Amino acid sequence: MIAGIELGLIYAVMALGVYLTFRVLDFPDLTVDQSFTSGAASAAMVILHGGSPWIATVVGFVVGGLAGLITALLHTKARINGLLAGILTMTALYSVNLRVMGGKANLALLREDTVFTPLREAGLQGTVTGVLLLLAGVVLVKLVLDWFLYTDAGLAMQATGDNPDMIRSFGVNTDGQKILGLCLSNALVGLSGALIAQYQGFADIGMGIGMIVVGLASVILGQGIFGSRTVVVATLAVILGSVLYRLVITVALQAGLNPSDMKLISAVLVVLALVLPQLSVFKRWKRRRTLRAAQEVQADVSSSTEHPVTAAIAVPSARRRA
Amino acid sequence: MLSVHDVRKTFFAGTVNERVALNGVSLTVDEGDFVTVIGSNGAGKSTLLNTVSGTIIPDSGEIRVGERDVTRLPEHRKARWISRVFQDPMKGSSPTLTIEQNMAIAQRRGRSRGLSRGVTRARRQEFTEELKTLELGLENRLGAKVGLLSGGQRQALSLLMATFSAPEILLLDEHTAALDPQRAHHVTEITERIVNERNLTTLMVTHNMEQALRLGNRLIMMHEGRILFELDAEQKAEATVADLLAEFRKLQTVAGEPALDDATLLETARSAEPVADPSRGVTGGASTGGSSAAGVAPEGQ
Repeated sequence: MIAGIELGLIYAVMALGVYLTFRVLDFPDLTVDQSFTSGAASAAMVILHGGSPWIATVVGFVVGGLAGLITALLHTKARINGLLAGILTMTALYSVNLRVMGGKANLALLREDTVFTPLREAGLQGTVTGVLLLLAGVVLVKLVLDWFLYTDAGLAMQATGDNPDMIRSFGVNTDGQKILGLCLSNALVGLSGALIAQYQGFADIGMGIGMIVVGLASVILGQGIFGSRTVVVATLAVILGSVLYRLVITVALQAGLNPSDMKLISAVLVVLALVLPQLSVFKRWKRRRTLRAAQEVQADVSSSTEHPVTAAIAVPSARRRA
Repeated sequence: MLSVHDVRKTFFAGTVNERVALNGVSLTVDEGDFVTVIGSNGAGKSTLLNTVSGTIIPDSGEIRVGERDVTRLPEHRKARWISRVFQDPMKGSSPTLTIEQNMAIAQRRGRSRGLSRGVTRARRQEFTEELKTLELGLENRLGAKVGLLSGGQRQALSLLMATFSAPEILLLDEHTAALDPQRAHHVTEITERIVNERNLTTLMVTHNMEQALRLGNRLIMMHEGRILFELDAEQKAEATVADLLAEFRKLQTVAGEPALDDATLLETARSAEPVADPSRGVTGGASTGGSSAAGVAPEGQ
């Protein structure tokens, strides 16, 4: 159980990256599957060559970002469809990652010092304190991301995913925003990969396969349950979603399913999370919520002014759109 | 302030669908001018606006803002000087962001965007003051998502967002066309007030002849990618919707074939006044369903 939560927190960094492309930029980025491995592989190589585990972690972050840069350039400069750009980068990276790992499919880090070694030696791994320390680390990443999305640059990035025509008319180069967003997103994914490799003691060429689905499951599950009203809530929901996802996996394993069944479970979970909200019960509940929010806005707006224009412009269309 | 010289643009050149959208358009707009642009569908009005804004790069010709040649600059680089309001009320603001966040984005139009906080207390104070001028009560819901506003509110907000950071040139692309007559009327009122108060150099495309005559100090009429004629302030003050319709009808004899079908004429004749007397209904071409059409109906069709 504790191990599930720990894993969930480390994978949450990856899920935050997926949130940035999938939700903020509205860009379906499949690079994630291999940029995760790239981060893990490069970090593992740095450690195996005697580098500091902290430097290795930073290298994982940077390498992930470079993977994102390739997809971004393919999409914005070469005008390749976003989905295809991600698939192309992902496919190419598989070979690159094997090269990075010196042609081996698996690199063991069991005897090496990792960023988790101090935790383990202090006997904190697998304890509540260990979880809290990891949580603090993930929350720090979340807070930095929140802060960024509320800056001038971050608002421009949010608007790029939301309404590209509008943000261009206010002087923002949407291509630049996509490049920045994809780099940042995959850097987080690479960072997560580097940490997972150190946590589980090995980097594997197949460790990233299906990672995008895991990321989506965390984002959709988390935001479905905990909401996404503001950026602060949305990123918190992603972290909780990631932990929840790991707990579901842990329970499924304890129920006797094979680890090899996990990809199937991930996919089914995402399908459920996407389909359930369409059922009439949820739909009605959601519609009511939107309607209420719109009415609140209109009530506040119109009660405050007696100007005739207000009354005329304000009234019924919120009801229509809800 | 804005000069357009011999601008040409052909879409789908070299194919059966080839269409000349702008066929040598030249126009000089002086500082403080408010030019309204009318013309039938496909006359090139929107293409003209889009070449000025940078959404479309012209095939040839030159566009200058002041002394700067901006002909080939992409839209986001022209935003420093040029600001625009779209026809679609949903296009001018970002629905998942709040009112104040949208204002913060608009405030930095055409400038670099760094890592300073988007919405600060000082800026919020400024946004409140600006929003008050709309008299829509939006200043009380700075934190509400824009997606919760009505079309009319969003278009008024778009207008404020496009203007409060003092652009050199304001482009309005049929920005009241997607609203119902009453809301269109109010957004037109706000437009008039903002443009006058801030003395903005404005180019406004409209389908509405009454609006085109009432607003602004100059009027140009386009047809088949050219500027057909222009009215200065004096001529414009005297012209009536009937005069403009007569000009449209003249086109038919020149071209030797109907330049405009009934639907276009009716759309063009649609009045800005929302208080259309239903008893003065539309004669002919009921297919347009123009409930707001005043009694100006095409004759001799």
